[in-house]
Amino acid sequence: MSILTVSNLTKQFGGLVAVNSVDITVEKGSITAVIGPNGAGKTTFFNLITGVYQPDNGNVQLGSTSLIGKKPHDIARQGIARTFQNIRLFSNVTVLENVMTGLHKQLKAGLVGTLFQTKTVREEEKRAQEEAYHWLEYVGLAKHLNEDAKNLSYGAQRRLEIARALATKPKLLLLDEPAAGMNPRETRELTEFIHRMREDLDVTIVLIEHDMKLVMEISEQIFVLDHGVKIAEGKPAEIRNNVKVIEAYLGKSAVTPA
Amino acid sequence: MLAEILQSLPQVLIDGIALGAIYAVIALGYTMVYGILELINFAHGEIFMTGAFIGVAMLILMTGMGWLAAMPAVLALILVLVITSILTGFMGVGIERMAYRPLRNSPKLITLISAIGVSFLLQDLVRFITEYKRGNYILTGPSMFNEQFAIKFSSISSSFSDAFFKTSTLILIISVVIMMVALDFFVNKTKWGMAMRAVAQDRETASLMSINVNKVISLTFFIGSALGGATGVLFAVQYGTIDPYIGFILGLKAFTAAVLGGIGNIRGAMAGGIMLGLLEMFAAANLQLLTGGFFGAEYKDVFAFAILIIVLIFKPEGLFGKAVTEKV
Repeated sequence: MSILTVSNLTKQFGGLVAVNSVDITVEKGSITAVIGPNGAGKTTFFNLITGVYQPDNGNVQLGSTSLIGKKPHDIARQGIARTFQNIRLFSNVTVLENVMTGLHKQLKAGLVGTLFQTKTVREEEKRAQEEAYHWLEYVGLAKHLNEDAKNLSYGAQRRLEIARALATKPKLLLLDEPAAGMNPRETRELTEFIHRMREDLDVTIVLIEHDMKLVMEISEQIFVLDHGVKIAEGKPAEIRNNVKVIEAYLGKSAVTPA
Repeated sequence: MLAEILQSLPQVLIDGIALGAIYAVIALGYTMVYGILELINFAHGEIFMTGAFIGVAMLILMTGMGWLAAMPAVLALILVLVITSILTGFMGVGIERMAYRPLRNSPKLITLISAIGVSFLLQDLVRFITEYKRGNYILTGPSMFNEQFAIKFSSISSSFSDAFFKTSTLILIISVVIMMVALDFFVNKTKWGMAMRAVAQDRETASLMSINVNKVISLTFFIGSALGGATGVLFAVQYGTIDPYIGFILGLKAFTAAVLGGIGNIRGAMAGGIMLGLLEMFAAANLQLLTGGFFGAEYKDVFAFAILIIVLIFKPEGLFGKAVTEKV
């Protein structure tokens, strides 16, 4: 069963076609990678799915619901969460509170209830704190809960971003270059962590990544974008030997021996 | 000279805190909106002024119908405060919706001009309505809470003289403290306050965390304007006479207080307001003395702003602000 169906998706910025008639189907519970050289339109693709940009053409469907025309916060409510290529935490806010923003949609407290601090609202805030703490434990940051997010190490900030995304209880988790800037040991840990998330949390994962070792090891399905066009899809082994892909990464001369 | 300054110090403290409390609450409105939109909402001073007029109009109306005499004055004041703050709160939301939101993605300067436009509009609207109804745009409210009290500082030490204050001063200070504590709690401890801080730091990411950004911005305007309107009522009760132009200079000073405390920082705005009030009252009481009669009390603003400039030279991010690096 497919959870994300993208059909004929197109986005233009001025004369540049950043994403050009892309069709992608992601199976529920799978780990899928989107790869491609720099400027291939991968992050734009994520931005179109999450509603940060509106597509010029085409359709994005989560399960059976179309996401076109929806605002980012509505799409987040539908069950899509993401992390960013360049980490975007709320840096002057504590680690615990960062995760609590992810719980926003679950908290029922209306403005009136908040104003009068009714018992339900107070209990709800407390539960939210406990739940946020649980997610911090899950990613191994529980001991940093009261520190400002900006004081965490780079790797820890990446994990905090994932915890914040998980707190929204996503059906679909989009990871934008989760291994960027990590050393081989950290990348290995991340690989295990992504597997563990899928086992524990019943979440479908789509990741953009440049680390080919990670991509080949982890994904069941790979889509390759180049200049906004999908040039290949398939299992890791198929992609590895795909002529078009090698051409896109290494140039024509790499495929046609002189 | 020092002895004379000491003599007047208790009175300076009380008057300075009362004035500073007013600056502080208005400064909150500036700082909250700046924190979330990076917009200097120049119409905020006028919201304060409109609040003062709505409040006085209600008090005059209630006096006319004999209600004011029939119920305890404190109850009447609370009623007026609540209704006024709800009205000005919605006014703030409306202003944002009509004058700022359509310009959200245009350069900041354009929105600033729009804010100045709203500010003139409100001044003239209030002036027009008041003149139409009363024949004069200067309005004096019913006299309330005028009982004088003295604190016998002289009994502590003979180097102080007694300080006097009215019941209204006490009410003003108590109300402001309640507003500040409530706001601080709201911003730091509740889901909606959390959402406000998230939107202030990164609007796009907040929306991807399922936070409705427009709702949070409306909420910010509501709270800031409601507090501003309520302060307008307290100002009118404390100082008696109001005109449609009080919002301009008071707004400017409150904005100054927000910058002094570090713009975007809520606790900073509170502290900056109180500090500016104290400085101003200190100057009003002592300038003549300090300059040997060369400058009189009317130069108090020059003194206060000179201090501000000095502070900003050495600490450009404000007293409580963090040096921010421009978002890339």
